[in-house]
Amino acid sequence: MRTPHKALGAVVVLTSAAMALAACSSSPSTKKSSGALTASAPGITATTITIGSHQPLTGPAAPGYSEIAPASNAYFQYVNAHGGIYGRKIIYKYLDDGYNPTNTSTVVHQLVLRDNVYAIFNGLGTPTHLAVVSYLNSQKVPDVFVASGCECWNQPSLYPETFGWQLDYVREGKILGRYIEQHFKGKKIGYFYQNDEFGQDGVKGLGYEIPKSQVVARETYVPTDVKIGPAVAALKAAGAQVVVSFSIPAFTALLKLNALGLNYNPTLVVSDVGSDPITLAGLLNAFAKKSGSFGSSLINGIITDGYLPSLGDTSNPWIQLFKKVHDQYDAKAPLDGNVLYGEAVAYTFVQAMFKAGKNPTRQDLINALNAGNFPQGPSVAPFAYSATDHNGMTGAYIGIIKNGVIVPQGGVLVTDDSPTGPVTAYTTPQPAPPASGIPSP
Amino acid sequence: MTLARHLAAAAAAAVVIALISVQLGSYRDYQIAEVAAYVIAVAGLTVLIGLSGQISVGNGAFMALGAYATALLQLRVPWLPAHLGGWSIVVIFLISVVVTAAGGAVVGVAAARLRGPYLAGATLLLAVAFPAAVADRYAGVFGGDQGLGVTVTTPAALGPAFPPTRWLTWLTCAAALAGLVLLANLARSRVGRSWRALRDDEVAAALSGINVARLRVLAFVVSAASAGLGGSLLAVVSSIVSPGAYTLSLSIGLLTAAVIGGLGSLLGAVWGSLLLALIPGYLSNVATSHGGRLFGLPSGATSFVPIAAYGVVLIVVMLAFPSGIQGGLRRLFGPVAPVAAGPLARLARRGRRAPAGLPASRHGLAAARHRGSGPRGDDRRGQAGEPSRRSGRRHARTRDTHQRQSEHQEEGTR
Repeated sequence: MRTPHKALGAVVVLTSAAMALAACSSSPSTKKSSGALTASAPGITATTITIGSHQPLTGPAAPGYSEIAPASNAYFQYVNAHGGIYGRKIIYKYLDDGYNPTNTSTVVHQLVLRDNVYAIFNGLGTPTHLAVVSYLNSQKVPDVFVASGCECWNQPSLYPETFGWQLDYVREGKILGRYIEQHFKGKKIGYFYQNDEFGQDGVKGLGYEIPKSQVVARETYVPTDVKIGPAVAALKAAGAQVVVSFSIPAFTALLKLNALGLNYNPTLVVSDVGSDPITLAGLLNAFAKKSGSFGSSLINGIITDGYLPSLGDTSNPWIQLFKKVHDQYDAKAPLDGNVLYGEAVAYTFVQAMFKAGKNPTRQDLINALNAGNFPQGPSVAPFAYSATDHNGMTGAYIGIIKNGVIVPQGGVLVTDDSPTGPVTAYTTPQPAPPASGIPSP
Repeated sequence: MTLARHLAAAAAAAVVIALISVQLGSYRDYQIAEVAAYVIAVAGLTVLIGLSGQISVGNGAFMALGAYATALLQLRVPWLPAHLGGWSIVVIFLISVVVTAAGGAVVGVAAARLRGPYLAGATLLLAVAFPAAVADRYAGVFGGDQGLGVTVTTPAALGPAFPPTRWLTWLTCAAALAGLVLLANLARSRVGRSWRALRDDEVAAALSGINVARLRVLAFVVSAASAGLGGSLLAVVSSIVSPGAYTLSLSIGLLTAAVIGGLGSLLGAVWGSLLLALIPGYLSNVATSHGGRLFGLPSGATSFVPIAAYGVVLIVVMLAFPSGIQGGLRRLFGPVAPVAAGPLARLARRGRRAPAGLPASRHGLAAARHRGSGPRGDDRRGQAGEPSRRSGRRHARTRDTHQRQSEHQEEGTR
């Protein structure tokens, strides 16, 4: 019986498709190195270091955060133009994941398997990066300076390859919480936070400092749903006089607008990642279809914290360095907190690569961070890195937004991530960057 | 006999895929695994639409159901890995398929009462509401937007140096092939023939003793189970289950993949899935290598180019091959007469009842009655036979007038 066959056909197609794929695939060529520089690890050749990242270039977290990776790249270009890292140039491939964890998984597989990156650098977002953290560790790919303050990155025995960078949300919650506890005694406090480990960690830290009896409402949002009206109404109904918000910029702006619509004007305390004044002012103007000073006037008085020098402090040598790099390589973006963040984390990466040695393996980078005593660089407080601690920064200053910049209130505060560890002042002045603007080996 | 042939073909494919995956780089392996997950989901949908004549715009929701079942079984039932090791994933796949089949039965019972656009609307609701709303509402169980992690352990028997991605490819391709064999058998069985009869003329099918309601529900169950297996496979491929993967655009993507490939054809499902899985990735890579810009668009707009390109491909394929890639290939290389009206056109006619009376469906019914001895009822034959069962008057008409005519008739019945 001559019956051409469906399953047989499907099989033929499947296999021919696989063959077509095979034809397109190419094996990475490792160059024979001349001189002392060798292809010492995946992603490292005699002349280049290729690193990758997943970034929200589109989607709910894109406003503001999409500036971070180009800013990091600007700093890498600056380093490349001034001798590179032991002569190697950095190639930074950042792919868009739209702040969607499934996309994160896809693009990170692509970076690791196809682009053969040396490390994943500054992968952005808590829910997104959680999707790939075990994969990266199982593949022994260094996963450094995650752009999220989740405590989840600090699990050296489970995730030996993963390191945080920015102030973790528990420490940040404690530092903000202590300020609130001191300055708003007896006031009713409401929490508004992203319903994942970002918000939950922040609230955990706040809870270590703020008495439970003062907290009258705990409202959450998810980044894919912009309808936060009911949550804001609940905060108002509970009579919260101070609202602490662990939110991404778009949702800080929505919180402010929804509160405005309800004629509700609590004191806002916002996590660093959701409080960049330039981003917020722009978002408020865009959401409310206004222009001019509408947005920037709305955000005056927001209390937040900062772990990098304030952009308003134009005489600070770090701000001067990052402004110089920005003006030369990334001038199209506004010089705001996101650009500062991107350049600063790139600076830390260059520092780490210099410490990892001239011909580093992947493990050498991990060892350099595990060794501890990591230089502070652009951070206002020391890093926590050691073999048993993969958290990044340990402190920040409190700031209040005035006329589009964060004005520091008092000095730097440091703490640990335990429930009882005290919040103390850190008085050692921040070392200035080297004159070249590039860390030395 | 049929089963043996299907099995032999699948075994041959498995061997070839295994050999190829050894030659390929890990990233290509990963892509094959991804395609395998889509193939089985699209195959289930193409059987539902092309054979039983029902439509579902919500199969992404069934994929989500399968994926969440997989993640939850792995997280909440430690008994499985403890007793079965790396092979527990196979059991998890089976249970996930049963779970989604049950879900499909529930939806199918409701769907059996709906026709054409109403059915599409109802299943659309499923795609829009199900994954995101449920996952966020019960974030404690489903992990909210962040989702749940899924891990696959390579069996120890393969040795410690065996690349995990290759195992992933083997696992997903084996599961997809098993699913395809089952679908191919079903399509050629009495059930498949009855579906075609049902698709061609429901009243005629009912008059000749086919249990219409039961078969319609069964089609939904089969399609949901296939989508569930696809979801399970996608979960292990991407190592995460989160609502962001099972959006409306996935459901629409499955539908377009089935249409582009050629409705009712399992081969077509493979073509469609290849496009679905590879085009967006390819284009965003092109965009990345051009510094995030394509066609001089700003980078924000460039991120939508892959979706737009998918639309363009759909339009081009539909213009060139109205019956999908597989239909086009048949027309170009096949020994039989060109396909006259694709299943889509039949679908458009579903709204009205018993248009031409019994004779319209003679072919399909004969196939159902003969159980293999007469015309095979194989889909290709079914489509090829279509012109002959239409009156010459219709056969002479162009597709356009044909469609318009059926629309007029539909209006007439309202």
